[in-house]
Amino acid sequence: MMEQPDPEAIAETGAAIAVDQLTMKYGSNLIQENLTFQVQKGDVFVIMGGSGCGKSTLLKHMIGLYQPAAGTISYEGKDYFSATDAQQLEMRKRWGVTYQSGALFSAMTLAENVGLPLSQYTRMKSSEIDDLVRYKLALVGLSGYESYYPSEISGGMAKRAGLARAMALDPDVLFFDEPSAGLDPLSAKRLDDLILQLSHSLGVTIVIVTHELESIFAIGSNGVFLDAQTKTQLDTGAPSYMLNHSSQPLVRDFLSRGQGHQPISGEVGQ
Amino acid sequence: MASPGFKITHNVSPEHLSACLCGCWDRHQTLPDVEQLFTGSDSTEIQSIEILAEPSFQWDSLFSAWLLKLQRHCDRQNIQLMLSSLPDDALSLHQLATAVPPAAVTKKSPYLISAIFQKVIKGLYDWLENFVLFLGDIALGIVRVLRFRSDARLGDFFQFLHQAGPAALPIVTLLSFLVGMILAYLGTVQLRQFGAEVYVADLVGVGMVREMGALMTAIIMAGRTGAAYAAQLGTMQVNEEVDALTTLGIKTVDYLVLPRMLALIVAMPLLTLYSDILGMLGGGAVALSMDITFTQYVHQLAGAFSLSDVLTGLFKSLVFAILISFAGCQAGLACGRSSAAVGKATTTAVVTAIVYLVVADAGLNILYFQLGI
Repeated sequence: MMEQPDPEAIAETGAAIAVDQLTMKYGSNLIQENLTFQVQKGDVFVIMGGSGCGKSTLLKHMIGLYQPAAGTISYEGKDYFSATDAQQLEMRKRWGVTYQSGALFSAMTLAENVGLPLSQYTRMKSSEIDDLVRYKLALVGLSGYESYYPSEISGGMAKRAGLARAMALDPDVLFFDEPSAGLDPLSAKRLDDLILQLSHSLGVTIVIVTHELESIFAIGSNGVFLDAQTKTQLDTGAPSYMLNHSSQPLVRDFLSRGQGHQPISGEVGQ
Repeated sequence: MASPGFKITHNVSPEHLSACLCGCWDRHQTLPDVEQLFTGSDSTEIQSIEILAEPSFQWDSLFSAWLLKLQRHCDRQNIQLMLSSLPDDALSLHQLATAVPPAAVTKKSPYLISAIFQKVIKGLYDWLENFVLFLGDIALGIVRVLRFRSDARLGDFFQFLHQAGPAALPIVTLLSFLVGMILAYLGTVQLRQFGAEVYVADLVGVGMVREMGALMTAIIMAGRTGAAYAAQLGTMQVNEEVDALTTLGIKTVDYLVLPRMLALIVAMPLLTLYSDILGMLGGGAVALSMDITFTQYVHQLAGAFSLSDVLTGLFKSLVFAILISFAGCQAGLACGRSSAAVGKATTTAVVTAIVYLVVADAGLNILYFQLGI
């Protein structure tokens, strides 16, 4: 049995996010249990694992969309799910979330999409909001597309516009659900660079769900590996360290794309 | 917090400007306009501007936005912008933001009168073209059915028949009964003035059989089944299932459209008959409450309409069935590739179907009248 960490201790270590003994269920269907890990400030934290092991579900718990069946998720020492509605809103304003396909509001232009959180939660003048929106869109390489509607741009552009919206409030934590899925290698590389740059320049903590090995090694400074069979985390740590030093053969196998560590029968995520 | 400020110095030459930023440049402050940097100097002469930062300088993304605006301004005026003395983080973000040049916006204003006119003409033309093309596809499909070379499947047909027939009975029951009552009330109020309340049976009978039975059933089915057809086919289009069928060499019209169409063609006349009877029952319920006896009502009803009246109603329902399934399937197959498009296709299906229905009903009534049926 794992020991119950003291919440005070978590606050002192300065972890941006602390997940403790988390159990996730859909109805009576167990997804994952006993997840315990911490995301430090400025980390690029990768949630890894095979298809269908509950990576996206974990992300949805971390952004407060789903209620955990057991366990806690704390932000800077404060448990999200036992907080009041007003406190939860304050915490949520410090996060930015990008969804798999962008999740842009289809009835609004890109500028209106990115400007929505700004006009909702800040008292900036509309000219300042316009400037900031133009800048955020330029950051993701969409300068000049302010008046386009989501239906008029490509999937990769929609993804980047979703990132611009997530960054609108200068969040402390950015969550990404499969950011490079469906992007060509160059766009994926550019997005990885952007994520790294943001984490370096702004000190943003980044939590990212992905199974793209190149991204995992290029940007991941820390991570957790979920397994669909045992329904719990197999290992946690920096991906590049886990590649050669993980005590779990499955993790080494996954990170090396099955090169020599384990026979093919140990397929991931079945 | 110190408010944002800057000092301008012409330290090298009149065409070179140095601006030293100090204070707090963030979203809690109001940043100075970009143009303010250039006030006080002859802007036509300036060729380069250097941005420096004092130790007290603080910034967030609003400053980055301001910097981008300055960059665009300088690009327009052909002024060289030098930023190398800014904090590294601000600099790298600025490089990221300017890595991709702004795309040329080519969107036209959609509000010109001529543009609207063109759109209407093009819309009508497209509608006519698609209508004729789809009609041709269906005709070819029917020919294939008659030559026993069709990809249509009988199993699908029975499934759609169940959806379009028995599954629609509860709602048809309720609405037809109420429409019968409405007709009866309408008739009673008018006929009472002549003391001829008993003729309410004639009104309900002829009204249901010739008109309301077919029309009400059609409107229910347009909202229920026509919309469902559009949503089903639209979702298949979004999931690329239609493409998969085509690449398997299966004709979409045969496989998807004809079974649905046939199911509705079989179900609608039967539902209309059922609706006629329910409407008469509804009218009867009102009549009984108005001092008309049951036998009187039935006797009056029996003499009210003939078999040809029933047949005109059934023929209408046949035409309506074709139109509803046509509109539903066409909208579904023409659906775009996004989830929003499915909603649009469904709306189009129902609206088009109802327009077709009313136009066809008017046309058929004129035809019947001219032919004296």
